[in-house]
Amino acid sequence: METESPTGAAGRTPTLEAFADTIVPGEKRGPDDRAVAGAAPGPGAVAAGAIALLEMPATGIADALDDYAAALDRHAREHADRRGLDLDGSVPPFVALPFAERTAVVRALTAPDHPEKDLWVLLALFSNMAFDTAAHMHTTEAVEQGHPGLVALGFAPPDDDGLWRFPRFSYRRELASVHPDTDATGSLT
Amino acid sequence: MTARDSADILVVGTGFGGAITAYHLAAGGAKVVMLERGPWVASDEFDHDFLLGSSYTRIFDFVVGDGMSVLGGNCVGGGSVVYFAAMPRVPGFVFERRGSLGRRMWPASITRDTLEPWYDRVAESLPITRQDWNDVTYSGGLFAAACAHAGRTANPAPAAIDRDRCTNCNWMMSGCRFDAKRSLLLNYLPAAVAHGAEIRPLHEVQRLSRTPDGYRVHYTHIDGDDYRVTAGEGTIDAKIVVLAAGAGATPVILQRSAAELGTLPPAVGRYFSGNGERLNTAVFDEDRVREVLGLHHPGGAYAASQVGKGPCVTSWDRLDGTLPEFERFTLEQLYFPPGFGTILAQIPGAGGEPTWFGPEKKEMLRRWQSWLTIFTMSEDDNEGVFGPPPPTGNAVRISQQMLGRGSLRYDPTPNTLRGWAAADAEVKDILERDGLATVEPWTNDLVGAYTVHPLASCRIGDDPATSALDDRHELRGHPGIFVTDGSAVPGALTVNPAFTIAALAERAVPGIVRAAQDHGVAVGYGAPAPDGVTSARRAATPLVRDMVGGG
Repeated sequence: METESPTGAAGRTPTLEAFADTIVPGEKRGPDDRAVAGAAPGPGAVAAGAIALLEMPATGIADALDDYAAALDRHAREHADRRGLDLDGSVPPFVALPFAERTAVVRALTAPDHPEKDLWVLLALFSNMAFDTAAHMHTTEAVEQGHPGLVALGFAPPDDDGLWRFPRFSYRRELASVHPDTDATGSLT
Repeated sequence: MTARDSADILVVGTGFGGAITAYHLAAGGAKVVMLERGPWVASDEFDHDFLLGSSYTRIFDFVVGDGMSVLGGNCVGGGSVVYFAAMPRVPGFVFERRGSLGRRMWPASITRDTLEPWYDRVAESLPITRQDWNDVTYSGGLFAAACAHAGRTANPAPAAIDRDRCTNCNWMMSGCRFDAKRSLLLNYLPAAVAHGAEIRPLHEVQRLSRTPDGYRVHYTHIDGDDYRVTAGEGTIDAKIVVLAAGAGATPVILQRSAAELGTLPPAVGRYFSGNGERLNTAVFDEDRVREVLGLHHPGGAYAASQVGKGPCVTSWDRLDGTLPEFERFTLEQLYFPPGFGTILAQIPGAGGEPTWFGPEKKEMLRRWQSWLTIFTMSEDDNEGVFGPPPPTGNAVRISQQMLGRGSLRYDPTPNTLRGWAAADAEVKDILERDGLATVEPWTNDLVGAYTVHPLASCRIGDDPATSALDDRHELRGHPGIFVTDGSAVPGALTVNPAFTIAALAERAVPGIVRAAQDHGVAVGYGAPAPDGVTSARRAATPLVRDMVGGG
């Protein structure tokens, strides 16, 4: 998977951003932002660092990102042809699709019967993880920097030593009757 | 260059099946070597960190198959390092299960009563304790209160957790930083090492072949950072081999060995069970939690999904032996961290598409602290089958760590689907009552069904056609090869299986000792618990007289 796209990393980035933005959508970064569709308030997967995560060697797909972008744009063009949509040629085909059409493409690519499903599910999983876990950063730093995904989840901060502890964790009262067949070990007979 | 070595007994894997057998055999005097494909990670290396490359990706193995994905341990200590330490015993009716075979799945020699002394040995060794309501987290309490509101019972789960050390950090899937979770790193494994057993991490066993007086185990050495990279290989000759690589790996090693070992029992790599597992995510209405259930704490009504220690409360109303098979299940409150626990969750009540991504899912994520994950363990139909083995290991590794593609195929039968549907309906009935929450099961469309408790892929039984092992865990037709991990369990257990896997391993040890003696190894049976306690040994000793020491 070492294929070099003619446009290189910079050329593939808007397409990959548009994919990540379909998974966890966010607000546009500025008036000229084409990759982020602006389909949801607040930062989404792109602002959360999806591209940085995808480009980490640890994912195992960093070397395949050119191929991913090329394939996604090919699927977008085919989708547009089927739907009779005119695409703005100044941006990559997937970026040119409106958000609902991007969503339709991603749904089709990740559906159980799609032959390339595994590949697209993988890209979706990492896009999601950029938002839900900030897996490209130390979590303590992500929390400290106000990572948008962890903020959205309301992820509580650690103690000063970077470890989490929750001294208050229990309602501390009996909240149900235990099963009548519970034995002395706490299991059922 | 191939390194060559030998031992009396070679143990593959360091989880419950490997650590327990290795401890007893080493304590009994045998030279034991343990090979572990994952790293050996110390307590202070268990990170509170989602960064790729931190402990949670180092110590896990996530293998995507066709229709089933398997999450398992990948480190010294195996599943015990990554598990949630919920340790119930299996209810008696499970041992009478017939599955779709029309005959008892378990060997006639095993019932709840006959397994009880072996459960006791494990309980004493880890140890396992019965928790009370003061140990139950907000999430467990919420589930218990919802069960009570719906007229159900709910139990604090027995657990191998030291409550005085636990900080309720909920990072236990990354390994316990505080040594509160009683993993094998704290008992059986150090005791095995103290008795001379040797643990070799980052050694992935690929296949076995025969020698004149035993077996040769062929391994590759795995790079400590990029598990796709191997650095050398070697062999170890042993008179006895104990396979305990996990239900996702043990059958693959045997499949790859078939050319040299000769015909394997037909049940190797078949009858895999995902323990009937399924997940539902509920999103609670905090106002209704307060109004309907009367719950509140200093931080709100609930809003505490991040707080805790995995499963604390379990509902066993449907573990009723009079119900038809495939319709009995546990519902257990669970925690999965973001990532594992969020991606497959579907938008409750959306009805439309898509169900797992997009703007509505993002809105759902904003309420993550009000999520409650409910874990179903039901009776599946042992429908998993392993295809041809990958070139190495149990999967074609995709990422540097954790993620791979394996050969398991799992097409749920109507029996399994019926159980899942019944469990989903029960979860909805309990949690959506009076507007408490909205609930949806996780999608199976992305990575298939999802199990953290793979079982039965090389199982014990009385019928040679449907069980690869006899009731002493020896591989049929291949004397001296024993299997003691989750693959030996005959089928879904309806509860968390670690305790039962461990009890079966304890029970298998006298038979392995006897086989080793027959192969000329100077080894005895009778070690106390790893910390020297002997009461459970005294109870179990009368059971082994026929199995050891007579010849």
